Amino acid sequence: MRIRFESRPEPSRLMSWASPLLAVAATLIVGFVLFSGLGKNPLEAFYVFFVKPVENRYGIGELLLKASPLMLCAVGLAAGYRANVWNIGAEGQLTLGAICGGGIALAFHDATGAWVLPLMIVAGAAGGMAWAAIPAWLRTRCNANEILVSLMLVYVAVLFLSMLVHGAWRDPEGFNFPQSKMFNDVALLPNLLPETRLNVGFLLALAVVASGWLFMARSLAGFQMRVAGLAPAAANYAGISARRTVWIGMLIGGATAGIAGVGEVAGPIGQLLPSVSPGYGFAAIIVAFVGRLHPLGIFLASLLMSLLYLGGESAQMALALPSAVTGLFQGTLLFFLLAADVFINYQLRIVHRPASVAAAA
Amino acid sequence: MDTPAPRLQLTGISKTYPSVVANADVDLTVLPGEIHAVLGENGAGKSTLMKIIYGVVEPDAGTIRWNGDAVTIDNPAKARALGIGMVFQHFSLFETLTVAENIELALDAGAVDARLDARIREVSERYGLPLDPRRHIYSMSVGERQRVEIARCLLQEPRLLIMDEPTSVLTPQAVGRLFETLRRLAAEGCSILYISHKLDEIRALCQKATVLRSGRVTGTCDPRQESSSGLARMMIGGDLPHPRHREARTRGDGALVVRNLSLPADDPFGTDLLDIELDVRGGEIVGIAGISGNGQNELMAALSGERTLDVADTIVLNGEPVGRLDAARRRTLGLAFVPEERLGRGAVPEMSLADNALLTAHRQAMTRRGFIRFEAVRAYAQATIARFKVKAPGPAAVARSLSGGNLQKFIVGREILQGPRVMIAAQPTWGVDVGAAAQIRQALIDLRDEGVAVLVVSEELDELFEICDRLAVIARGRLSAPTPTRMTNAEAIGLLMSGSFIVGDDGGAHAARLERLGAH
Repeated sequence: MRIRFESRPEPSRLMSWASPLLAVAATLIVGFVLFSGLGKNPLEAFYVFFVKPVENRYGIGELLLKASPLMLCAVGLAAGYRANVWNIGAEGQLTLGAICGGGIALAFHDATGAWVLPLMIVAGAAGGMAWAAIPAWLRTRCNANEILVSLMLVYVAVLFLSMLVHGAWRDPEGFNFPQSKMFNDVALLPNLLPETRLNVGFLLALAVVASGWLFMARSLAGFQMRVAGLAPAAANYAGISARRTVWIGMLIGGATAGIAGVGEVAGPIGQLLPSVSPGYGFAAIIVAFVGRLHPLGIFLASLLMSLLYLGGESAQMALALPSAVTGLFQGTLLFFLLAADVFINYQLRIVHRPASVAAAA
Repeated sequence: MDTPAPRLQLTGISKTYPSVVANADVDLTVLPGEIHAVLGENGAGKSTLMKIIYGVVEPDAGTIRWNGDAVTIDNPAKARALGIGMVFQHFSLFETLTVAENIELALDAGAVDARLDARIREVSERYGLPLDPRRHIYSMSVGERQRVEIARCLLQEPRLLIMDEPTSVLTPQAVGRLFETLRRLAAEGCSILYISHKLDEIRALCQKATVLRSGRVTGTCDPRQESSSGLARMMIGGDLPHPRHREARTRGDGALVVRNLSLPADDPFGTDLLDIELDVRGGEIVGIAGISGNGQNELMAALSGERTLDVADTIVLNGEPVGRLDAARRRTLGLAFVPEERLGRGAVPEMSLADNALLTAHRQAMTRRGFIRFEAVRAYAQATIARFKVKAPGPAAVARSLSGGNLQKFIVGREILQGPRVMIAAQPTWGVDVGAAAQIRQALIDLRDEGVAVLVVSEELDELFEICDRLAVIARGRLSAPTPTRMTNAEAIGLLMSGSFIVGDDGGAHAARLERLGAH
């Protein structure tokens, strides 16, 4: 008797949705072992990690606030990932979005019109797209790998922001801290829920996720992107341009990440700082895959990932655990997800040797 | 003992895959020195059975006896040790290595010595398979490559040789030579299992035939005593349909005109196209014969627009120069194309038939302001399924779940329903069962009768003679001038397939140059 992997006749639809749940369950088991090993009561730790952060209205607001940039970035990345366009640099595109949106806020610091905020959002999207256009251009022109180029550009973007807030854009009355002036009220996203920090950026994120669904599921261009990802030869056969696919995939990812960047600086931060994101652009990669590259799934996965961020903070305070625990949970989740995904295309089978042949041998 | 024990005896062999029963209770007996045909349509379970014999696949049930003794064949090395050799339909040769190096790689350790070159020469000459051990594979024709595969088996002195669809890549002349070799081998006592769906060949070569249908043995017979239609009835369980064919009525000028098309291959082992000239008029079917790998893929990519050209005038479609246009824009001008590969090129395997209809037919009012009209897509897919008798649960069925023949009918139907003015089909019935193949040919003939210009590329000469009005041959990237079908025959086409029409042929000089560059 042996156990072996056998490929399924066709991918299991059930497994493709069960796999994220399995991964969450396995992550919780690892958490249980981990907390026990650290000498914490696992049940209490779970409570602190997953329940306490969202016990009150403020907590719910924080959950949605942090989920917004995650779902924004993830839905844009998913549009590309479905077409095998691997944009890993959403963090950099988010940063460029923050720079461009923030730049508008600073340039029109004394303006009072309602046009400032929309202009910031447009500028942020444009900035993210411009940053994503670099790997897209290098990929279509020189066949440079977009994974590497987009990833490396993250560090360029972060250092560029750092240069600005340490230099040209530093607040002259800011006691030499590396930060810009606080934005004016017209450059800030209005509050959505009293007694929380939740702002209308959340509604904007929802609208983008819904448009993402429209694009991916209902438009011909979205369909063609999916074909390009599933069967490049079929795409070429049908005359779907591989270059156009790369450009659309990268630019959508860049635009949504750029908007997420504006959401951060015009939302909870309210100014430009050397760092405007705790790694939302990278976490969004996990969100995109946990959400099965589907906008609804991405919405749910962004809530989960947001909860991991909040739980990590809560665990630092209540349990004196290091902040690395957030990253650990994120990594474990992705690890188990990739493992569980194997079962979409394969099944375990216990093989009994055929009796007659075995007897004859 | 009066009669010798059978060389190979299978009893009750069964193999079930998750979605399909490949073999059910198969019995097969092969005597020493017998040329035994295993006959069946694609998907009848021939290949699985051969893989079981060669130790690649493990049966779920059943016994295998070799010269009378029960054996378990776990892996191909075990099969080779017993004396079983197999020549696969798709060769496994390294193109950048020489004949001798390729053979050396396949031999089990210990069998290799310094005399290998001499042994290769000796074996290949004894069986009429002339081979130069030092030649590189990439410079060899498909027929020559097959010789390497056969020689590789023969060096291990097999007592049973399995040939999987060996003639699908050969010219009629090369088929004759192969049969000579196989008869000589059999005369020396080597048994041969000959897998094919070509009835004429089996009747010419084999002494016995086992017929498979849907994984089961439906009969054994002496094929020399049977008519082709008798064998076909056993194979498909019904009579072979015959196409209706009307007189050609060509209309107007060339709907598809190719002038002076030369195109270097984009793959190091591809074929460069040289000075291709071609006219296909509305209302006729022009066929391109040739052994695969002689530039068919490159020509199809250039005609379909999957590869665009630098000069627009090279290809003219309904009077429009389209050389620089991509596949999508050529489709808007009335081109339809059925590619050789169904899964992954003609259709997206993971997608539904409806989505696969949308793939190329979205110009048929399937979108409104960039958004998909799903009702129109489903209706189109449903119409294709109904009109071309595709066996599928419905438009939501995933392309991969269809059999090869049914998917091909769907793809051909999808292209035809777009009302093309020029239709190009590459290997339209390759790997398709007999019934579906007849239907596809009929659909192409009907299209011609409606005045569409049809171009068919095929390796099956019978098919081309059956449906085409004019025939051309592609060899080494060059295209012969088309001849009216009734003014030529298989022999003449076979001669052209070896490249005889190429004037000032530099193929030999090219090969010689490669030789000098080699490891001499």
